[in-house]
Amino acid sequence: MNDINTNNIIEVKNLVKEFKGLRAVDDITFSVKENEIFGFLGPNGAGKTTTINIICTLLSKTSGEVTLCGHNVTRERNKIRNCIGMVFQDPSLDDKLTALENLYFHGLLYNIPRRTLKERSEEVLKIVNLTSRKNNLVMTYSGGMKRRLEIARGLLHYPKILFLDEPTLGLDPQTRNKIWDYIIKLKKNKNITIFLTSHYMEETEICDRIAIIDEGKIIALDTPDNLKNTIGGDIITILSEENVKLKKYIKEITGSDVQDAKDGKIRFEIKDSSIFIPKFIKNSPVKILSISARKPTLNDVFLDLTGREIREENASARDNIRSRMMGRMRH
Amino acid sequence: MKKELIGVYTIWLRDIKRYFRDKPRIVGSLAQPILFLFVLGTGIASSLSTFGGGSGKDFLSFMFPGIVGMTVLFTSFFSAMSIVWDREFGFLREVLVTPISRTSIVVGKLLGGSTIAMIQGSIILLLSPLLKIPITFAIFFKVLVIIFLVAITISAMGIVLASVIKSMQAFQVITNFLLMPMFFLSGALFPLNDTVKWMKVVSRINPLSYGIDAMRTIILNNPDLQLYPLWLDIVVLVSVTVVMSILGAVLFSRQD
Ligand SMILES: Nc1ncnc2c1ncn2[C@@H]1O[C@H](COP(=O)(O)OP(=O)(O)OP(=O)(O)O)[C@@H](O)[C@H]1O
Ligand SMILES: [Mg+2]
Repeated sequence: MNDINTNNIIEVKNLVKEFKGLRAVDDITFSVKENEIFGFLGPNGAGKTTTINIICTLLSKTSGEVTLCGHNVTRERNKIRNCIGMVFQDPSLDDKLTALENLYFHGLLYNIPRRTLKERSEEVLKIVNLTSRKNNLVMTYSGGMKRRLEIARGLLHYPKILFLDEPTLGLDPQTRNKIWDYIIKLKKNKNITIFLTSHYMEETEICDRIAIIDEGKIIALDTPDNLKNTIGGDIITILSEENVKLKKYIKEITGSDVQDAKDGKIRFEIKDSSIFIPKFIKNSPVKILSISARKPTLNDVFLDLTGREIREENASARDNIRSRMMGRMRH
Repeated sequence: MKKELIGVYTIWLRDIKRYFRDKPRIVGSLAQPILFLFVLGTGIASSLSTFGGGSGKDFLSFMFPGIVGMTVLFTSFFSAMSIVWDREFGFLREVLVTPISRTSIVVGKLLGGSTIAMIQGSIILLLSPLLKIPITFAIFFKVLVIIFLVAITISAMGIVLASVIKSMQAFQVITNFLLMPMFFLSGALFPLNDTVKWMKVVSRINPLSYGIDAMRTIILNNPDLQLYPLWLDIVVLVSVTVVMSILGAVLFSRQD
Protein backbone atom coordinates (compact mmCIF):
# COMPACT_ATOMS: atom_id res chain seq x y z
CA MET A 1 0.00 0.00 0.00
CA ASN A 2 1.58 3.25 -1.06
CA ASP A 3 -0.90 5.72 0.28
CA ILE A 4 0.24 5.17 3.86
CA ASN A 5 1.57 8.34 5.35
CA THR A 6 4.87 7.58 7.08
CA ASN A 7 3.94 10.07 9.72
CA ASN A 8 1.03 7.91 10.82
CA ILE A 9 1.94 5.41 13.49
CA ILE A 10 -1.49 3.76 13.50
CA GLU A 11 -3.64 3.34 10.40
CA VAL A 12 -7.15 1.95 10.64
CA LYS A 13 -9.19 1.46 7.49
CA ASN A 14 -12.82 0.35 7.30
CA LEU A 15 -12.51 -1.63 10.50
CA VAL A 16 -15.52 -3.77 11.38
CA LYS A 17 -16.03 -6.04 14.37
CA GLU A 18 -19.13 -8.14 14.83
CA PHE A 19 -20.05 -10.17 17.89
CA LYS A 20 -22.77 -12.65 17.01
CA GLY A 21 -24.91 -10.21 15.08
CA LEU A 22 -23.90 -7.15 17.07
CA ARG A 23 -21.82 -4.61 15.18
CA ALA A 24 -19.59 -3.28 17.94
CA VAL A 25 -17.27 -1.47 15.53
CA ASP A 26 -18.95 -0.31 12.37
CA ASP A 27 -16.66 0.57 9.50
CA ILE A 28 -14.33 3.09 11.10
CA THR A 29 -11.35 4.74 9.45
CA PHE A 30 -8.79 6.93 11.19
CA SER A 31 -5.10 7.34 11.75
CA VAL A 32 -2.92 8.38 14.65
CA LYS A 33 0.16 10.51 14.08
CA GLU A 34 3.48 9.84 15.63
CA ASN A 35 4.02 11.53 18.98
CA GLU A 36 0.49 12.79 19.40
CA ILE A 37 -2.06 12.19 22.11
CA PHE A 38 -5.07 10.71 20.42
CA GLY A 39 -8.33 10.26 22.27
CA PHE A 40 -11.44 8.18 21.86
CA LEU A 41 -14.43 9.84 23.46
CA GLY A 42 -17.75 8.09 23.64
CA PRO A 43 -20.46 6.63 25.86
CA ASN A 44 -20.63 3.10 27.29
CA GLY A 45 -20.68 0.43 24.66
CA ALA A 46 -19.54 2.76 21.89
CA GLY A 47 -16.85 0.32 20.84
CA LYS A 48 -13.77 2.02 22.28
CA THR A 49 -12.34 -0.98 24.08
CA THR A 50 -13.17 -3.28 21.22
CA THR A 51 -11.23 -1.07 18.79
CA ILE A 52 -8.23 -0.87 21.12
CA ASN A 53 -8.25 -4.63 21.63
CA ILE A 54 -8.13 -5.16 17.89
CA ILE A 55 -5.28 -2.68 17.42
CA CYS A 56 -3.23 -4.27 20.18
CA THR A 57 -3.72 -7.81 18.76
CA LEU A 58 -5.97 -9.18 21.49
CA LEU A 59 -9.05 -9.52 19.34
CA SER A 60 -9.47 -10.54 15.72
CA LYS A 61 -11.29 -8.21 13.37
CA THR A 62 -14.23 -9.08 11.17
CA SER A 63 -12.92 -7.00 8.28
CA GLY A 64 -10.80 -3.96 7.49
CA GLU A 65 -7.13 -3.05 7.63
CA VAL A 66 -5.11 -2.17 10.70
CA THR A 67 -1.42 -1.33 10.73
CA LEU A 68 0.70 -0.13 13.61
CA CYS A 69 4.26 1.15 13.08
CA GLY A 70 3.82 -0.26 9.59
CA HIS A 71 3.11 -3.78 10.90
CA ASN A 72 -0.02 -5.63 9.96
CA VAL A 73 -2.17 -6.46 12.96
CA THR A 74 -3.09 -9.95 11.79
CA ARG A 75 0.19 -11.05 10.29
CA GLU A 76 2.81 -9.37 12.47
CA ARG A 77 1.40 -9.58 15.94
CA ASN A 78 4.69 -10.06 17.72
CA LYS A 79 6.25 -7.00 16.14
CA ILE A 80 3.27 -4.98 17.23
CA ARG A 81 3.34 -6.39 20.74
CA ASN A 82 6.95 -5.32 21.04
CA CYS A 83 6.19 -1.67 20.53
CA ILE A 84 3.04 -1.16 22.58
CA GLY A 85 2.27 -0.65 26.23
CA MET A 86 -1.19 -1.31 27.51
CA VAL A 87 -3.27 -0.16 30.44
CA PHE A 88 -6.51 -2.11 30.36
CA GLN A 89 -9.88 -0.88 31.40
CA ASP A 90 -10.25 -3.84 33.73
CA PRO A 91 -7.73 -4.67 36.44
CA SER A 92 -4.92 -6.88 35.25
CA LEU A 93 -2.47 -7.01 38.13
CA ASP A 94 -1.57 -10.10 40.07
CA ASP A 95 -3.08 -9.43 43.49
CA LYS A 96 -0.98 -12.02 45.23
CA LEU A 97 2.31 -10.47 44.14
CA THR A 98 3.92 -7.27 45.33
CA ALA A 99 4.15 -4.17 43.16
CA LEU A 100 7.81 -4.80 42.52
CA GLU A 101 7.15 -8.41 41.55
CA ASN A 102 4.42 -7.38 39.14
CA LEU A 103 6.88 -5.03 37.47
CA TYR A 104 9.63 -7.63 37.55
CA PHE A 105 7.52 -10.23 35.75
CA HIS A 106 6.42 -7.68 33.21
CA GLY A 107 10.01 -6.66 32.54
CA LEU A 108 11.09 -10.28 32.12
CA LEU A 109 8.42 -10.79 29.49
CA TYR A 110 9.79 -7.84 27.55
CA ASN A 111 13.30 -9.16 27.88
CA ILE A 112 14.62 -6.15 29.80
CA PRO A 113 18.04 -6.93 31.31
CA ARG A 114 17.86 -7.39 35.07
CA ARG A 115 19.92 -4.37 36.09
CA THR A 116 18.06 -2.00 33.79
CA LEU A 117 14.83 -3.54 34.99
CA LYS A 118 15.64 -2.69 38.59
CA GLU A 119 16.45 0.92 37.80
CA ARG A 120 13.39 1.38 35.65
CA SER A 121 11.07 -0.19 38.18
CA GLU A 122 12.26 2.34 40.74
CA GLU A 123 11.86 5.10 38.17
CA VAL A 124 8.28 4.29 37.23
CA LEU A 125 7.27 3.61 40.84
CA LYS A 126 8.52 7.06 41.75
CA ILE A 127 6.48 8.60 38.96
CA VAL A 128 3.25 7.12 40.26
CA ASN A 129 4.27 7.69 43.85
CA LEU A 130 4.27 4.11 45.03
CA THR A 131 7.89 3.74 46.08
CA SER A 132 7.06 3.37 49.75
CA ARG A 133 4.57 0.59 49.06
CA LYS A 134 6.58 -1.33 46.52
CA ASN A 135 7.00 -4.41 48.69
CA ASN A 136 3.36 -4.73 49.68
CA LEU A 137 1.05 -7.24 48.07
CA VAL A 138 -1.16 -5.59 45.45
CA MET A 139 -4.10 -7.16 47.29
CA THR A 140 -3.61 -4.50 49.99
CA TYR A 141 -3.73 -1.57 47.55
CA SER A 142 -6.63 0.81 47.03
CA GLY A 143 -8.27 1.04 43.61
CA GLY A 144 -6.37 4.21 42.77
CA MET A 145 -3.05 2.74 43.79
CA LYS A 146 -3.68 -0.30 41.61
CA ARG A 147 -4.45 1.95 38.69
CA ARG A 148 -1.25 3.90 39.21
CA LEU A 149 0.73 0.71 39.33
CA GLU A 150 -0.82 -0.44 36.07
CA ILE A 151 0.21 2.79 34.42
CA ALA A 152 3.72 2.40 35.79
CA ARG A 153 3.82 -1.09 34.36
CA GLY A 154 2.62 0.10 30.97
CA LEU A 155 5.58 2.46 30.84
CA LEU A 156 8.22 0.05 32.08
CA HIS A 157 9.40 -1.16 28.69
CA TYR A 158 9.40 2.30 27.09
CA PRO A 159 6.75 1.51 24.48
CA LYS A 160 6.45 3.53 21.30
CA ILE A 161 2.70 3.66 21.75
CA LEU A 162 0.95 3.60 25.06
CA PHE A 163 -2.72 2.59 25.13
CA LEU A 164 -4.70 3.85 28.07
CA ASP A 165 -8.24 2.50 28.27
CA GLU A 166 -10.07 4.70 30.79
CA PRO A 167 -6.85 5.28 32.73
CA THR A 168 -8.35 7.45 35.43
CA LEU A 169 -11.73 5.84 35.96
CA GLY A 170 -12.45 5.80 39.66
CA LEU A 171 -9.50 7.94 40.72
CA ASP A 172 -9.67 11.10 42.81
CA PRO A 173 -9.15 14.43 40.99
CA GLN A 174 -5.73 14.94 42.54
CA THR A 175 -4.41 11.63 41.30
CA ARG A 176 -6.06 12.16 37.95
CA ASN A 177 -4.31 15.48 37.47
CA LYS A 178 -1.02 13.99 38.44
CA ILE A 179 -1.40 11.18 35.97
CA TRP A 180 -2.28 13.56 33.16
CA ASP A 181 0.60 15.90 33.99
CA TYR A 182 2.86 12.95 33.80
CA ILE A 183 1.41 11.76 30.52
CA ILE A 184 1.95 15.18 28.94
CA LYS A 185 5.52 15.25 30.21
CA LEU A 186 6.07 11.78 28.90
CA LYS A 187 4.95 12.74 25.45
CA LYS A 188 7.37 15.65 25.41
CA ASN A 189 10.40 13.87 26.79
CA LYS A 190 10.12 10.31 25.60
CA ASN A 191 8.81 10.63 22.10
CA ILE A 192 5.84 8.44 22.82
CA THR A 193 2.47 8.26 21.12
CA ILE A 194 -0.52 7.99 23.41
CA PHE A 195 -3.88 6.50 22.53
CA LEU A 196 -6.45 6.93 25.24
CA THR A 197 -10.15 6.52 25.85
CA SER A 198 -12.16 8.35 28.41
CA HIS A 199 -15.57 9.37 29.59
CA TYR A 200 -14.20 12.43 31.32
CA MET A 201 -14.65 15.28 28.91
CA GLU A 202 -12.07 17.57 30.52
CA GLU A 203 -9.49 14.87 30.27
CA THR A 204 -9.80 14.30 26.58
CA GLU A 205 -9.14 18.00 26.09
CA ILE A 206 -5.44 17.35 26.64
CA CYS A 207 -5.52 15.30 23.44
CA ASP A 208 -4.07 16.69 20.26
CA ARG A 209 -6.93 15.10 18.38
CA ILE A 210 -10.13 13.42 19.44
CA ALA A 211 -12.38 10.94 17.71
CA ILE A 212 -15.92 11.02 19.01
CA ILE A 213 -17.34 7.54 18.73
CA ASP A 214 -20.91 6.42 19.14
CA GLU A 215 -22.55 3.08 18.39
CA GLY A 216 -19.44 1.81 16.68
CA LYS A 217 -19.05 4.77 14.35
CA ILE A 218 -16.72 7.75 14.43
CA ILE A 219 -19.01 10.74 14.18
CA ALA A 220 -16.37 13.46 14.45
CA LEU A 221 -12.59 13.64 14.46
CA ASP A 222 -10.59 16.81 15.00
CA THR A 223 -8.65 18.87 17.52
CA PRO A 224 -10.63 19.73 20.66
CA ASP A 225 -10.73 23.39 19.63
CA ASN A 226 -11.98 22.70 16.16
CA LEU A 227 -14.62 20.36 17.52
CA LYS A 228 -15.84 23.01 19.90
CA ASN A 229 -15.81 25.57 17.10
CA THR A 230 -18.36 23.52 15.21
CA ILE A 231 -20.77 24.82 17.82
CA GLY A 232 -21.90 28.30 16.93
CA GLY A 233 -20.28 30.18 19.80
CA ASP A 234 -21.28 30.13 23.47
CA ILE A 235 -23.97 28.02 25.04
CA ILE A 236 -26.79 29.95 26.67
CA THR A 237 -29.12 28.22 29.11
CA ILE A 238 -32.30 29.97 30.23
CA LEU A 239 -35.02 29.30 32.74
CA SER A 240 -38.13 31.29 31.92
CA GLU A 241 -41.82 31.51 32.78
CA GLU A 242 -43.00 30.61 29.32
CA ASN A 243 -40.65 28.47 27.29
CA VAL A 244 -42.73 28.05 24.16
CA LYS A 245 -43.12 31.73 23.56
CA LEU A 246 -39.51 32.45 24.38
CA LYS A 247 -38.29 29.75 22.04
CA LYS A 248 -40.17 31.33 19.17
CA TYR A 249 -38.77 34.74 20.02
CA ILE A 250 -35.18 33.51 20.18
CA LYS A 251 -35.58 31.73 16.88
CA GLU A 252 -36.78 34.99 15.37
CA ILE A 253 -33.96 37.21 16.60
CA THR A 254 -31.03 34.77 16.33
CA GLY A 255 -32.07 32.27 13.71
CA SER A 256 -30.53 29.46 15.78
CA ASP A 257 -32.29 26.28 16.91
CA VAL A 258 -33.45 26.20 20.51
CA GLN A 259 -33.44 22.91 22.39
CA ASP A 260 -34.94 21.75 25.64
CA ALA A 261 -32.36 21.18 28.34
CA LYS A 262 -32.44 19.64 31.81
CA ASP A 263 -34.71 20.97 34.62
CA GLY A 264 -37.19 22.71 32.31
CA LYS A 265 -34.54 24.99 30.86
CA ILE A 266 -33.91 25.75 27.23
CA ARG A 267 -30.56 26.14 25.50
CA PHE A 268 -29.15 27.57 22.31
CA GLU A 269 -25.90 28.78 20.85
CA ILE A 270 -24.84 32.33 20.13
CA LYS A 271 -21.67 33.92 18.77
CA ASP A 272 -20.93 36.66 21.28
CA SER A 273 -22.81 36.14 24.51
CA SER A 274 -21.46 39.18 26.40
CA ILE A 275 -23.10 41.57 23.98
CA PHE A 276 -26.17 39.45 23.37
CA ILE A 277 -27.29 38.85 26.96
CA PRO A 278 -27.93 42.45 28.18
CA LYS A 279 -29.86 43.27 25.03
CA PHE A 280 -31.78 40.04 25.22
CA ILE A 281 -32.87 40.49 28.82
CA LYS A 282 -34.08 44.00 28.11
CA ASN A 283 -36.18 43.02 25.10
CA SER A 284 -37.43 39.58 26.12
CA PRO A 285 -41.24 39.26 25.91
CA VAL A 286 -41.17 36.66 28.70
CA LYS A 287 -39.84 37.01 32.23
CA ILE A 288 -36.38 35.43 32.54
CA LEU A 289 -35.80 33.63 35.82
CA SER A 290 -32.18 32.69 35.24
CA ILE A 291 -29.69 32.85 32.42
CA SER A 292 -26.17 31.51 32.05
CA ALA A 293 -23.60 31.49 29.31
CA ARG A 294 -20.55 29.28 28.99
CA LYS A 295 -17.97 28.17 26.50
CA PRO A 296 -18.89 24.95 24.69
CA THR A 297 -17.43 21.68 25.98
CA LEU A 298 -16.91 18.41 24.21
CA ASN A 299 -20.08 17.22 25.87
CA ASP A 300 -21.95 19.92 23.94
CA VAL A 301 -20.32 18.69 20.78
CA PHE A 302 -21.51 15.19 21.51
CA LEU A 303 -24.98 16.43 22.36
CA ASP A 304 -25.04 18.40 19.15
CA LEU A 305 -24.08 15.40 17.08
CA THR A 306 -26.23 12.75 18.71
CA GLY A 307 -28.92 14.52 20.70
CA ARG A 308 -27.73 12.65 23.81
CA GLU A 309 -25.26 13.41 26.57
CA ILE A 310 -22.26 11.31 27.39
CA ARG A 311 -23.06 10.14 30.86
CA GLU A 312 -20.38 11.28 33.28
CA GLU A 313 -19.18 8.21 35.09
CA ASN A 314 -18.91 8.19 38.83
CA ALA A 315 -16.43 6.34 40.99
CA SER A 316 -18.40 3.13 40.99
CA ALA A 317 -18.31 2.82 37.23
CA ARG A 318 -15.39 0.49 37.38
CA ASP A 319 -17.35 -1.86 39.55
CA ASN A 320 -20.31 -1.73 37.20
CA ILE A 321 -18.13 -2.58 34.32
CA ARG A 322 -16.62 -5.43 36.26
CA SER A 323 -19.95 -6.93 37.11
CA ARG A 324 -21.00 -6.54 33.50
CA MET A 325 -17.94 -8.47 32.46
CA MET A 326 -18.76 -11.17 34.95
CA GLY A 327 -22.24 -11.32 33.51
CA ARG A 328 -20.86 -11.61 30.03
CA MET A 329 -18.76 -14.56 31.06
CA ARG A 330 -21.72 -16.46 32.40
CA HIS A 331 -23.50 -16.71 29.06
CA MET B 1 14.31 -18.65 21.53
CA LYS B 2 15.90 -17.31 24.68
CA LYS B 3 13.03 -14.84 24.90
CA GLU B 4 10.51 -17.69 24.82
CA LEU B 5 12.37 -19.61 27.52
CA ILE B 6 12.30 -16.54 29.72
CA GLY B 7 8.57 -16.35 29.02
CA VAL B 8 8.05 -19.96 30.09
CA TYR B 9 10.14 -19.32 33.19
CA THR B 10 8.16 -16.20 34.08
CA ILE B 11 4.80 -17.92 33.84
CA TRP B 12 6.13 -20.86 35.83
CA LEU B 13 7.73 -18.69 38.51
CA ARG B 14 4.56 -16.73 39.00
CA ASP B 15 2.55 -19.89 39.66
CA ILE B 16 5.15 -21.16 42.12
CA LYS B 17 5.34 -17.84 43.97
CA ARG B 18 1.61 -17.69 44.25
CA TYR B 19 1.49 -21.27 45.49
CA PHE B 20 3.93 -20.75 48.33
CA ARG B 21 2.30 -17.50 49.30
CA ASP B 22 -1.13 -19.04 49.65
CA LYS B 23 -0.70 -21.05 52.85
CA PRO B 24 -4.42 -21.71 53.38
CA ARG B 25 -4.62 -23.22 49.93
CA ILE B 26 -1.70 -25.54 50.64
CA VAL B 27 -3.28 -26.75 53.85
CA GLY B 28 -6.72 -26.98 52.25
CA SER B 29 -5.58 -28.96 49.28
CA LEU B 30 -3.76 -31.44 51.51
CA ALA B 31 -6.71 -31.85 53.86
CA GLN B 32 -8.78 -33.73 51.29
CA PRO B 33 -6.29 -36.51 50.49
CA ILE B 34 -5.42 -36.92 54.16
CA LEU B 35 -9.09 -37.22 54.99
CA PHE B 36 -9.56 -39.82 52.28
CA LEU B 37 -6.54 -41.76 53.38
CA PHE B 38 -7.01 -41.82 57.12
CA VAL B 39 -10.77 -41.62 57.56
CA LEU B 40 -12.32 -43.17 54.48
CA GLY B 41 -9.39 -45.56 53.97
CA THR B 42 -9.26 -46.75 57.55
CA GLY B 43 -13.05 -47.06 57.62
CA ILE B 44 -13.22 -49.19 54.49
CA ALA B 45 -10.24 -51.22 55.59
CA SER B 46 -11.90 -52.24 58.85
CA SER B 47 -15.23 -52.95 57.14
CA LEU B 48 -13.40 -55.20 54.70
CA SER B 49 -12.25 -57.44 57.53
CA THR B 50 -15.84 -57.37 58.87
CA PHE B 51 -17.12 -58.70 55.54
CA GLY B 52 -14.43 -61.35 55.54
CA GLY B 53 -12.12 -59.89 52.94
CA GLY B 54 -8.38 -59.68 53.17
CA SER B 55 -6.61 -57.79 55.87
CA GLY B 56 -7.21 -54.04 56.30
CA LYS B 57 -3.58 -53.14 55.92
CA ASP B 58 -3.61 -54.48 52.37
CA PHE B 59 -6.42 -52.16 51.42
CA LEU B 60 -4.70 -49.07 52.82
CA SER B 61 -1.56 -49.90 50.87
CA PHE B 62 -3.70 -50.44 47.79
CA MET B 63 -5.42 -47.11 48.22
CA PHE B 64 -2.27 -45.12 48.93
CA PRO B 65 -1.05 -44.68 45.31
CA GLY B 66 -4.64 -43.86 44.38
CA ILE B 67 -4.69 -40.98 46.84
CA VAL B 68 -1.41 -39.68 45.46
CA GLY B 69 -3.07 -39.80 42.04
CA MET B 70 -6.12 -37.99 43.38
CA THR B 71 -3.95 -35.20 44.77
CA VAL B 72 -2.21 -34.82 41.44
CA LEU B 73 -5.49 -34.89 39.54
CA PHE B 74 -7.16 -32.10 41.47
CA THR B 75 -4.08 -29.96 41.96
CA SER B 76 -3.07 -29.86 38.33
CA PHE B 77 -6.58 -29.52 36.98
CA PHE B 78 -7.44 -26.54 39.13
CA SER B 79 -4.14 -24.87 38.55
CA ALA B 80 -4.61 -25.13 34.78
CA MET B 81 -8.19 -24.02 35.08
CA SER B 82 -7.13 -20.73 36.63
CA ILE B 83 -6.23 -19.77 33.09
CA VAL B 84 -9.95 -19.12 32.49
CA TRP B 85 -10.47 -16.23 34.85
CA ASP B 86 -6.88 -15.14 34.69
CA ARG B 87 -7.44 -14.49 31.03
CA GLU B 88 -10.53 -12.37 31.51
CA PHE B 89 -9.63 -10.42 34.61
CA GLY B 90 -6.14 -11.02 35.65
CA PHE B 91 -2.49 -10.97 35.02
CA LEU B 92 -2.73 -13.23 32.00
CA ARG B 93 -4.58 -10.63 30.01
CA GLU B 94 -1.53 -8.49 30.39
CA VAL B 95 0.75 -11.33 29.38
CA LEU B 96 -1.27 -11.77 26.20
CA VAL B 97 -0.15 -8.37 24.85
CA THR B 98 3.52 -9.02 25.56
CA PRO B 99 5.68 -10.46 22.79
CA ILE B 100 5.63 -13.94 24.35
CA SER B 101 4.05 -16.64 22.21
CA ARG B 102 0.88 -18.37 23.36
CA THR B 103 2.74 -21.66 23.24
CA SER B 104 5.23 -20.44 25.83
CA ILE B 105 2.39 -19.34 28.05
CA VAL B 106 0.86 -22.80 27.81
CA VAL B 107 4.18 -24.53 28.46
CA GLY B 108 4.86 -22.29 31.45
CA LYS B 109 1.41 -23.01 32.79
CA LEU B 110 1.82 -26.79 32.30
CA LEU B 111 5.16 -26.77 34.09
CA GLY B 112 3.81 -24.58 36.87
CA GLY B 113 0.81 -26.83 37.42
CA SER B 114 2.91 -29.97 37.39
CA THR B 115 5.55 -28.56 39.71
CA ILE B 116 2.86 -27.77 42.24
CA ALA B 117 1.32 -31.20 41.74
CA MET B 118 4.74 -32.78 42.30
CA ILE B 119 5.16 -30.86 45.54
CA GLN B 120 1.70 -31.86 46.79
CA GLY B 121 2.19 -35.45 45.63
CA SER B 122 5.53 -35.61 47.44
CA ILE B 123 3.95 -34.48 50.67
CA ILE B 124 1.45 -37.33 50.43
CA LEU B 125 4.24 -39.74 49.54
CA LEU B 126 6.10 -38.69 52.66
CA LEU B 127 3.16 -39.89 54.73
CA SER B 128 3.92 -43.47 53.70
CA PRO B 129 5.73 -44.40 56.94
CA LEU B 130 2.47 -43.76 58.80
CA LEU B 131 0.89 -46.52 56.73
CA LYS B 132 3.98 -48.71 57.03
CA ILE B 133 4.60 -48.62 53.31
CA PRO B 134 8.32 -48.70 52.65
CA ILE B 135 9.40 -46.09 50.14
CA THR B 136 13.03 -45.86 49.10
CA PHE B 137 14.65 -42.90 47.38
CA ALA B 138 14.56 -44.79 44.10
CA ILE B 139 10.82 -45.44 44.40
CA PHE B 140 10.23 -41.86 45.41
CA PHE B 141 11.91 -40.46 42.32
CA LYS B 142 10.31 -42.96 39.97
CA VAL B 143 6.90 -42.02 41.33
CA LEU B 144 7.81 -38.37 40.88
CA VAL B 145 8.38 -38.98 37.18
CA ILE B 146 4.94 -40.57 36.87
CA ILE B 147 3.40 -37.70 38.82
CA PHE B 148 5.02 -35.30 36.39
CA LEU B 149 3.53 -37.11 33.38
CA VAL B 150 0.07 -37.36 34.92
CA ALA B 151 0.17 -33.73 36.02
CA ILE B 152 1.08 -32.45 32.57
CA THR B 153 -1.65 -34.55 30.97
CA ILE B 154 -4.28 -33.32 33.38
CA SER B 155 -3.09 -29.69 33.18
CA ALA B 156 -3.16 -29.85 29.40
CA MET B 157 -6.64 -31.31 29.58
CA GLY B 158 -7.64 -28.37 31.78
CA ILE B 159 -6.21 -25.91 29.26
CA VAL B 160 -7.96 -27.65 26.37
CA LEU B 161 -11.27 -27.38 28.21
CA ALA B 162 -10.56 -23.80 29.26
CA SER B 163 -9.92 -22.84 25.65
CA VAL B 164 -13.18 -24.34 24.50
CA ILE B 165 -15.45 -23.47 27.39
CA LYS B 166 -15.13 -19.96 28.69
CA SER B 167 -17.77 -19.69 31.35
CA MET B 168 -17.13 -20.31 34.99
CA GLN B 169 -20.35 -22.24 35.55
CA ALA B 170 -19.74 -24.65 32.75
CA PHE B 171 -16.46 -25.34 34.42
CA GLN B 172 -18.16 -26.33 37.63
CA VAL B 173 -20.37 -28.71 35.71
CA ILE B 174 -17.28 -30.23 34.13
CA THR B 175 -15.68 -30.69 37.49
CA ASN B 176 -18.66 -32.78 38.53
CA PHE B 177 -19.21 -34.68 35.33
CA LEU B 178 -15.65 -35.27 34.27
CA LEU B 179 -13.26 -34.96 37.16
CA MET B 180 -15.17 -37.07 39.69
CA PRO B 181 -15.90 -39.94 37.27
CA MET B 182 -12.27 -39.80 36.18
CA PHE B 183 -11.26 -40.19 39.77
CA PHE B 184 -13.75 -42.97 40.61
CA LEU B 185 -12.98 -44.94 37.46
CA SER B 186 -9.23 -44.70 37.76
CA GLY B 187 -8.66 -47.61 40.09
CA ALA B 188 -7.74 -45.19 42.85
CA LEU B 189 -10.25 -46.50 45.39
CA PHE B 190 -11.02 -50.03 44.22
CA PRO B 191 -9.29 -52.50 41.92
CA LEU B 192 -10.45 -52.53 38.34
CA ASN B 193 -9.24 -56.09 37.69
CA ASP B 194 -12.54 -57.73 38.45
CA THR B 195 -15.30 -55.14 38.34
CA VAL B 196 -18.17 -55.00 35.88
CA LYS B 197 -17.38 -54.78 32.20
CA TRP B 198 -18.42 -51.17 31.45
CA MET B 199 -16.21 -49.88 34.21
CA LYS B 200 -13.27 -51.71 32.78
CA VAL B 201 -13.96 -50.26 29.35
CA VAL B 202 -14.28 -46.72 30.65
CA SER B 203 -11.17 -47.02 32.76
CA ARG B 204 -9.24 -48.01 29.68
CA ILE B 205 -9.82 -44.58 28.10
CA ASN B 206 -9.08 -42.80 31.35
CA PRO B 207 -5.46 -41.59 31.36
CA LEU B 208 -5.49 -41.37 35.13
CA SER B 209 -5.93 -45.12 35.48
CA TYR B 210 -2.60 -45.67 33.71
CA GLY B 211 -0.91 -43.15 35.99
CA ILE B 212 -2.28 -44.73 39.14
CA ASP B 213 -1.48 -48.22 37.84
CA ALA B 214 2.11 -47.13 37.24
CA MET B 215 2.45 -45.61 40.71
CA ARG B 216 0.94 -48.68 42.30
CA THR B 217 3.31 -50.96 40.42
CA ILE B 218 6.30 -48.87 41.49
CA ILE B 219 5.26 -48.43 45.12
CA LEU B 220 3.76 -51.86 45.92
CA ASN B 221 5.40 -54.05 43.30
CA ASN B 222 2.54 -56.53 43.60
CA PRO B 223 1.68 -58.24 40.26
CA ASP B 224 -1.81 -59.13 41.56
CA LEU B 225 -2.78 -55.48 41.78
CA GLN B 226 -1.23 -54.56 38.47
CA LEU B 227 -3.50 -53.77 35.50
CA TYR B 228 -1.00 -53.25 32.71
CA PRO B 229 2.73 -53.71 32.38
CA LEU B 230 4.69 -50.65 33.53
CA TRP B 231 6.06 -49.96 30.06
CA LEU B 232 2.54 -49.79 28.66
CA ASP B 233 1.48 -47.35 31.36
CA ILE B 234 4.41 -45.13 30.49
CA VAL B 235 3.86 -45.35 26.75
CA VAL B 236 0.18 -44.42 27.15
CA LEU B 237 0.97 -41.59 29.55
CA VAL B 238 3.68 -40.09 27.38
CA SER B 239 1.49 -40.27 24.26
CA VAL B 240 -1.51 -38.70 25.96
CA THR B 241 0.76 -36.03 27.46
CA VAL B 242 2.18 -35.10 24.08
CA VAL B 243 -1.19 -35.07 22.33
CA MET B 244 -2.93 -33.10 25.08
CA SER B 245 -0.12 -30.55 25.33
CA ILE B 246 -0.09 -29.90 21.60
CA LEU B 247 -3.86 -29.69 21.54
CA GLY B 248 -3.80 -27.30 24.50
CA ALA B 249 -1.21 -25.06 22.87
CA VAL B 250 -3.06 -25.01 19.55
CA LEU B 251 -6.45 -24.28 21.06
CA PHE B 252 -5.11 -21.64 23.40
CA SER B 253 -3.32 -19.87 20.57
CA ARG B 254 -6.51 -19.54 18.58
CA GLN B 255 -7.59 -15.94 18.62
CA ASP B 256 -11.17 -15.10 19.34
N1 LIG C 1 -16.70 -10.39 23.96
C1 LIG C 1 -17.84 -9.79 23.59
N2 LIG C 1 -18.91 -10.51 23.22
C2 LIG C 1 -20.06 -9.91 22.84
N3 LIG C 1 -20.25 -8.59 22.80
C3 LIG C 1 -19.24 -7.80 23.16
C4 LIG C 1 -17.97 -8.34 23.59
N4 LIG C 1 -17.14 -7.32 23.89
C5 LIG C 1 -17.85 -6.19 23.68
N5 LIG C 1 -19.10 -6.47 23.24
C6 LIG C 1 -20.14 -5.48 22.89
O1 LIG C 1 -19.59 -4.57 21.98
C7 LIG C 1 -20.04 -3.26 22.25
C8 LIG C 1 -18.87 -2.32 22.43
O2 LIG C 1 -18.21 -2.64 23.64
P1 LIG C 1 -16.91 -1.91 24.13
O3 LIG C 1 -16.43 -2.63 25.35
O4 LIG C 1 -15.97 -1.76 23.01
O5 LIG C 1 -17.47 -0.49 24.54
P2 LIG C 1 -16.71 0.74 25.20
O6 LIG C 1 -16.84 1.87 24.27
O7 LIG C 1 -15.34 0.35 25.62
O8 LIG C 1 -17.61 0.99 26.47
P3 LIG C 1 -17.21 1.41 27.96
O9 LIG C 1 -17.13 2.88 27.93
O10 LIG C 1 -18.37 0.94 28.75
O11 LIG C 1 -15.95 0.74 28.30
C9 LIG C 1 -20.95 -3.36 23.46
O12 LIG C 1 -22.28 -3.37 23.02
C10 LIG C 1 -20.56 -4.66 24.08
O13 LIG C 1 -21.66 -5.25 24.74
MG1 LIG D 1 -14.33 0.27 27.32
